[in-house]
Amino acid sequence: MGFELPKEKFGGRIKEVAIGATKDQGGTRSARLMAGGSNGLPFLKFESEMPHLPLVAMDVVDTVRMVPEQLQESMGAAVKDPLEWAKKCEAEWGADLCVLKLQSANPEEEDRPAEELEGLVDKMLKSMALPMVVYGCGFEEKDAKVMEKVSNIAKGERLFLGLAEEKAYKSIAAASMANGHGIVAFSNLDINLAKQMNILLLDFGTKPENIMMDPLMAPLGMGLEYSYSNIERLRLGALSGDPVLQMPMICDCSCAWNVPEALEDNPEHGSAELRGVYWEAMTALSAAVAGADVVIMRHPRSIVMFRETINVLAGGE
Amino acid sequence: MCSQGVSEVPTAMEIYKLLPKTNCGECKFPTCLAFAMQLANQKVALEACPHVSSEAKAALEESGAPPIRLVTFGAGELAAKMGDETQLFRHDKTFYNPTVLGLIADDSDGLDGVKSKLDEAQAMSFERVGQILRVDSVAIRHSSGSPEDFVAAVKAAAEKGLPVTIMCDDPAIASKAVEACADKKPLLYRATASNFDDMVALAKDKSLPLVVSAPGLDELAELADKAKKAGLNDLVLEPGVQTSADMLVNMTAIRRAAVKNKFRPLGFPTIAVLGPTEAEHMKAALGVMKYSSAVLMDTMPREMVYPLLALRQNIFTDPQVPIQVKAGLYSVGEPTDKSPVMFTTNFSLTYFTVRADIEKSKVPAWLLVVDTEGQSVMTAFAAGKLTPESVAKAIEDFQVKEKSSRNEIILPGMVSRMSGKLGELTDMKITVGPRESSGLPKLMKTFSG
Repeated sequence: MGFELPKEKFGGRIKEVAIGATKDQGGTRSARLMAGGSNGLPFLKFESEMPHLPLVAMDVVDTVRMVPEQLQESMGAAVKDPLEWAKKCEAEWGADLCVLKLQSANPEEEDRPAEELEGLVDKMLKSMALPMVVYGCGFEEKDAKVMEKVSNIAKGERLFLGLAEEKAYKSIAAASMANGHGIVAFSNLDINLAKQMNILLLDFGTKPENIMMDPLMAPLGMGLEYSYSNIERLRLGALSGDPVLQMPMICDCSCAWNVPEALEDNPEHGSAELRGVYWEAMTALSAAVAGADVVIMRHPRSIVMFRETINVLAGGE
Repeated sequence: MCSQGVSEVPTAMEIYKLLPKTNCGECKFPTCLAFAMQLANQKVALEACPHVSSEAKAALEESGAPPIRLVTFGAGELAAKMGDETQLFRHDKTFYNPTVLGLIADDSDGLDGVKSKLDEAQAMSFERVGQILRVDSVAIRHSSGSPEDFVAAVKAAAEKGLPVTIMCDDPAIASKAVEACADKKPLLYRATASNFDDMVALAKDKSLPLVVSAPGLDELAELADKAKKAGLNDLVLEPGVQTSADMLVNMTAIRRAAVKNKFRPLGFPTIAVLGPTEAEHMKAALGVMKYSSAVLMDTMPREMVYPLLALRQNIFTDPQVPIQVKAGLYSVGEPTDKSPVMFTTNFSLTYFTVRADIEKSKVPAWLLVVDTEGQSVMTAFAAGKLTPESVAKAIEDFQVKEKSSRNEIILPGMVSRMSGKLGELTDMKITVGPRESSGLPKLMKTFSG
């Protein structure tokens, strides 16, 4: 019958961004990672190029307050110490990069001073060599102070700093630009806002190759469908040639651990630990299938499941 | 009608050639050509033309058919629906028929083994956000070598009431199994190049839907077309799904060919049969997102099935109709009449987020869900669907004052503007909560004393 695979060709391509700098590049990271670069829908190699697999970033939260008890049990004592946690990500759990979330900066909680957090970042850079992304606590004034210090102490390391938001992006953008870091632009499930964020940053002077987008990943069971379609639409918009949407996407799938159904003891739904692992792995798979270039994950077992699947997905013709 | 020997949706010109060409206007269109163009776009039915010949009718029947045929198996309320999809991306409209999930029992496990697996499948039914999510079918696979065992297993399956797939490549044995449950409209799995004629004959004789299977899409399209020409319309396609890459590429190609190119030989639902490993379970999730109409699995551990069902519920939600939570007064933890009360909207995403943040605080509370037709707090407020009046009415309707003696309600920080009016209407103390629900644990802890 001579059936031919119906192919889709797009005019646009996702930009490639570099995360991390090695010694030769002025930093101390073990690798410079590339994200993005594809000119088609995810994993459809018969019609498009996908030069890089989605990267797996593991998150490290600097206060155990934000880590559910069940996870503390399942992942072990390392999650109580961000330095130990990050070392495990590198040495045992096979992360490509590490996302340090400075939640303890929260002025309504621990309110750790910027100097201490600067010290933490410094120590982390010295105790492991994965490329890093550093997120603040979401309080603009505090994050401005913290990010300035983080940017300086990590000069040359090519971090990505986040999250830049519509009403709070200038100080963090300035901090990232000062030392050649990148920035993560956050938008809340809205393709127009995602675009607007990139325009704001570009107007401010940030270079396009220094931007990744976080379009908000809603976890499985708590609005995943909105994120799935939003990511697909962003990807299609970028491929159809809109240069302001062609930044790679970073999707935080560790949000799966905020879903009560993923964690609760309920024998009807099987063992909680394994259920949570599937919950996160399926959340991440949906992000990758829709168009994420970097996924942030937390549980080492979900990462094994996720990686196995995307490796095979990408290996086929 | 046909190009390259296969039937495709006809163009307006092809249709026009089959019309009477009298321009009588009885169809309400000025010319036969105008009518033909409307037909080609599936805007009108052929019946609007009183003069069309029966030959033309038969030839044109195809043009009204959906790009992917709806195929059902099983009987009664639990009958499983596959296909009838019209989109490549759910945001373009919606995906209609959720991936049918089925658990496979193998007759070599003995009748007791089969029965316990059937029980397992039947027990996997969960209520989630007001919907019942379940494993919707069972399949019996023949590998025992004993036709009697197979028939007994199929009989046991048919008695369960769930739709049954009969998995057997030998037409003679399959035919015996069909006899045991023909009135239950099982799905017959499968016709391949090597058993094609006999399987097609069996499906036709018993009017059963039939899976057509081939590793390559070229061969698959050829077999499906052949089955169609032999008079079978209810087909299900099984492409090669050896690896997740094969699965994604083949399922995507079939969907595109059917929906975009209106390529009729592949205009049928699809099925994937998966193994028992974690990697295969992840392929089931891939199938739910990427175009598998049915997924049959060797094992279905509950810790995998529950998230898989939630994923299916998410993906097959109509994007134009947000999932709504029923309005009412919900308890979080075990609240008493001293526990704090707060309200939010009935947009499921909002509700779940607020609820999860309250739970984090470990402080029991009453959560009043106000009907905003599924809109989030700010959208509903802007659209006038979340007003002091509608909140006051909900407080009254759901007897908030009887459940909590605090006479106080926490409102979302985003709508602090309504606090004055709401206070007047309800005589309650109004506490303005955080703008984002992530701030709730902090506020809640002030109530924990």
